[in-house]
Amino acid sequence: MKNEFQVIADLIEKDKKVLDVGCADGTLMRFLKDNKNINIRGLEISKEKVQECIAKGLTVIEGNAEKDLKQFPDKSFDYVVLSQTLQAFLNPELVLDELLRVGKKAIVTIPNFGYWKVRFHLLLKGTMPITKTLPDEWYNTPNLHMCTIKDFFHFVKSKDIKIFKSLALNNLNSSIINEHNLGVKNLFADLGIFLIEK
Amino acid sequence: MNTGKNIKTLIVNKPLKLDCGKTIKDFPIAYETYGSLNSKKDNAILVFHALTGDQFVTGINPITNKEGWWSYAVGPDKAIDTNKYFVICSNVIGGCMGSYGPSHKDSDEKIFGTNFPVITINDMVNAQYSLLDHFGINKLFSITGGSMGGMQVLQFISNFPDKSKTVIPIATTSSHSAQNIAFNELGRQAITADSNWKDGNYTSNETNPGKGLAVARMAAHITYLSKKGLQEKFGRKLQEREDLKFGFDADFQIESYLRYQGSVFVDRFDANSYLYITRAMDYFDLAKQFNGNLSEAFKNTNAKFFIISFTSDWLYPTQENKDIVIALNSIGADVGFVEIESDKGHDSFLLDVPDFLSALKNFLDKSYEEN
Repeated sequence: MKNEFQVIADLIEKDKKVLDVGCADGTLMRFLKDNKNINIRGLEISKEKVQECIAKGLTVIEGNAEKDLKQFPDKSFDYVVLSQTLQAFLNPELVLDELLRVGKKAIVTIPNFGYWKVRFHLLLKGTMPITKTLPDEWYNTPNLHMCTIKDFFHFVKSKDIKIFKSLALNNLNSSIINEHNLGVKNLFADLGIFLIEK
Repeated sequence: MNTGKNIKTLIVNKPLKLDCGKTIKDFPIAYETYGSLNSKKDNAILVFHALTGDQFVTGINPITNKEGWWSYAVGPDKAIDTNKYFVICSNVIGGCMGSYGPSHKDSDEKIFGTNFPVITINDMVNAQYSLLDHFGINKLFSITGGSMGGMQVLQFISNFPDKSKTVIPIATTSSHSAQNIAFNELGRQAITADSNWKDGNYTSNETNPGKGLAVARMAAHITYLSKKGLQEKFGRKLQEREDLKFGFDADFQIESYLRYQGSVFVDRFDANSYLYITRAMDYFDLAKQFNGNLSEAFKNTNAKFFIISFTSDWLYPTQENKDIVIALNSIGADVGFVEIESDKGHDSFLLDVPDFLSALKNFLDKSYEEN
């Protein structure tokens, strides 16, 4: 399981009710169910991935987060997880609002466009950056709204969303992000993980 | 219509008050089982059949000598694995494969015909509940069915919220739409317009309203397929001829196919049963039973739901299946949902659609492991 999922799992206490939005093949769901006795549900747009989840014995709903989150009542989950998908929505702000409505807390991870390798790629090569977390070409990437850790940090602050914890992830190392080290973390982390509440 | 030594029957002695107000008692429920009930009695699956189905789910149907209607899904090592599970299916009341229906006789030894009470989906599942007592099953492992079978699944878990661990409605709806009712009415009109129908009393002189019933079946059959599926299978291909004949014989393969479907149907189905069962479907509106709030229908159950729809099903489209998902999610129920890609239309649930069959199998087997 990727390190990002381990960090997410560490943020969630045992026996909670969790919705994994864009749960893909259910790897994180299975881990949370097996190791933390989490009452877990998934929402996934890809039919193939939904089938993989069913084969793992997971409860998953085929659907689109931009349309289908609205069926869940307010605060019906302890945590709602959105891993590396916010930037792919047509309207990320609306999705973020929905995550925070449905979940008592939300865990959102974003691929960091401010990562030094991304910056260097654009600066030196002059072509759209391709990295481990951003593997696609500009013409086939699902990402519509790339942002940096700093962008996201400022964005949630501006919306009066409370940040409980923000972590910078670089390969196997995770570290706390705060107002003072934001510039540095924004340069050296390829992934940001935010535990937020509204 | 069909009774005989190949039909297992349970006589339900307990009076059953029907939605129409009448009470029936000492009536037969014809059923069939597959696989064996284990000692803990926790491996039973109750399958509900659709409009024209019957209790003979899989293997060779002893009455028609054809494959059972869900042979792709039910059997040893199949999606509903009879090596593992004990499958029970019964003919709905109002039907014509041995369960109490319009072709049965009243206390004066006269065939009911349209004097048979009007049946609802609710009546059907209440009657079938007797099977649990008969087999000494406290809780089913699963209930499942497609189309009208799915309606019975929804009604069953609403009526008996703690009687099944898992619930699998397939290609169905919680409320029959105007379009659904319209197609059923077309079928009923075809039957009642047949001069042999005789207000439902045809059974006394052995001339059945076969033409009307065949037309009803032909019209319904079109609704079970998709435009793309029909086009790919038949297109404008001609039936055993080089060119158009400039007449009203079956020039096109699709015409010949529909005529054949109509003709084989009348051999196995009773026209009055067709009226009764389509009426039951039209009356089905689970939300209405709970003052318009579908979620209320499920609020007392802890069962695990898995809802399946098909992309090309325009009779019970994905959105109507999703409405059930939405109602369940709004009360925090355990519900999974998948829409299967298929161009086989509503009939997809009866056919060899591998993604569907594997989803069904995986859901059942994984849920059973967690037992």
